[in-house]
Amino acid sequence: MIEARNLTKRYRDEVVVNDVSLRLPAGGITAIIGPNGAGKSTFLSMIGRLLPMSAGSATVDGLDVTRTASDVLARRIAVLRQDNHLSSRLTVRDLVTFGRYPHSKGRPTAADLAHVERAIGYMNLERQADRFLDELSGGQRQRAFVAMVLCQDTDYVLLDEPLNNLDMPHAVAMMRQLRRAADELGKTIVLVLHDVNFASCYADHIVAMREGAVAFQGSPEQVIRPEVMEAIYGIAMEVQIIGGRRIAIYYA
Amino acid sequence: MAKVEGKTSERAAPLGQRAVLLALVLLAAAATIAFMTLGARGRWDLVLAFRGPKLGALILVGLAIAVSTVLFQTVTENRILTPAIMGFDSLYVLIQSAIVFLIGTQGFAAIDPRFMFAAQAAVMVAFSALLYAGLFATGRRNLHLLVLAGVVMGGFFRSLSTFIQRVIDPNEFSFLQNRFFASFNSIDTDLLAVGAVAVIAASAVALRMARVLDVLALGRERAICLGVDHRRAVSRILVLVAVLVSVSTALTGPVTFFGLLVANLAHVVTGSSRHRVLLPAASLLAIVFLVGGQTIVERVFAFETNLRVIVDFVGGIVFLAMLLRGKT
Ligand SMILES: Nc1ncnc2c1ncn2[C@@H]1O[C@H](COP(=O)(O)OP(=O)(O)O)[C@@H](O)[C@H]1O
Ligand SMILES: [Mg+2]
Repeated sequence: MIEARNLTKRYRDEVVVNDVSLRLPAGGITAIIGPNGAGKSTFLSMIGRLLPMSAGSATVDGLDVTRTASDVLARRIAVLRQDNHLSSRLTVRDLVTFGRYPHSKGRPTAADLAHVERAIGYMNLERQADRFLDELSGGQRQRAFVAMVLCQDTDYVLLDEPLNNLDMPHAVAMMRQLRRAADELGKTIVLVLHDVNFASCYADHIVAMREGAVAFQGSPEQVIRPEVMEAIYGIAMEVQIIGGRRIAIYYA
Repeated sequence: MAKVEGKTSERAAPLGQRAVLLALVLLAAAATIAFMTLGARGRWDLVLAFRGPKLGALILVGLAIAVSTVLFQTVTENRILTPAIMGFDSLYVLIQSAIVFLIGTQGFAAIDPRFMFAAQAAVMVAFSALLYAGLFATGRRNLHLLVLAGVVMGGFFRSLSTFIQRVIDPNEFSFLQNRFFASFNSIDTDLLAVGAVAVIAASAVALRMARVLDVLALGRERAICLGVDHRRAVSRILVLVAVLVSVSTALTGPVTFFGLLVANLAHVVTGSSRHRVLLPAASLLAIVFLVGGQTIVERVFAFETNLRVIVDFVGGIVFLAMLLRGKT
């Protein structure tokens, strides 16, 4: 279970995440949605111990993220950040192999290398495995970073906008892969999504943030509703049930 | 589902990297032999006694500058800034000038040079801690701001040193000048033994941390995510940097752009991001340039040119080119 208690982040006077208390049960997919600047990335970064909190605490499986040794946490929780700038020049396989660092400390065994190949396969990157990252398209690079995070093989996986830069087939393929990881391997996946319809179709639980707070949360049936969408995003959306799924229409 | 996206290319094979390292070892050996033998006349033990310490100092300085620059660039996640550009060397000069100002050359000479060196290195370590807290821990990563801060700090340290050197008496001034403007042509060999111990120990620690360094090069957040205690690792590495810069500055005085040159060349010639390859490659390159360059200066130009000026000139051009290209 991931638990946030009164989690707060302040920059000078501006409160970016405001006293958020939240419990995310183990297993399944939780989608965090909300407009730009709602505090989604900040919230995720604090839970992933990448950003110090101004107040409050976060625990993963009962381990306080600010007090537990970083290498212990690295075997339980993996985090993909929204920004994927990289200054070293690496191939896809090099990058994905770093995902095994928490287990191998830089000396990957045969079992580690098998994990690497599997993660590359999950993200459909076999053909690009030996290419340098700066020679890939944005979407391929994004998949390489997700492969690295999956290669870490942790029970908890936090992904900040993993669908960034992906075309439709790859976005769907990634969501299916994550769904399988949750269903078959029992992983707990928390991800930030921009397209509410991906949240509607793949998530078990949706957390909607607005102005640093959790505005709504619940199942897709409870959250993907016109009145909720309008309250969160400030635009009118129609919600239709198509093939048993709730689809928000916001293109026009 | 996968579309045609060009054939996969085989590159940067470890075999190629080993070949590059081997070639650099041979070049360094050739430079060393040339330095020791070219134009050598008379008894060998005299030649050895005269050239040996100088060779040792050149190698130590090369190692210290190369390793400290690679380490610094890795922990600060950039390829433009070096300890020298951030004013580390100038600080060392300032510390020494201040000591001479306070206790005079006689007092200075009365203190065991090794103890003096240790004290100065300690001040350097403290400075690097401050630098870390002030510039890198805050999460601000505006490269141009950092360059500016470095230039300002370096300038500040230099003018303070100059000021001190003006107000002290001329004898003390020439004492300092001998120490710091001596360049590679006359090296202070008092500190050779203690410098060798410090540089070899620091380089060995750096090489042992090679795998952690590889992870640190991915950036702060990713390193934390992979379980590296970032703050501790970076502090440790900055201590190594401070020690290495102290040795190189004590031996030959400040060299601003040489580290930049060898660290970036190491990336280019090896095509690797692994510190097991980068650290030796940068060190060997530095040795080739310093020992080979000094041989040329002594034998071809008959000491009329200062190697330090040449390496700084070339390195300075690289720095400008990188800055203009906006490369990080
Ligand atoms: N380092 C920072 N300093 C000041 N404000 C920041 C900083 N980082 C983020 N913010 C602000 O925090 C708010 C939330 O940011 P973020 O969590 O990235 O939003 P989201 O991911 O939901 O789009 C934004 O208004 C942003 O401007
Ligand atoms: Mg965000």
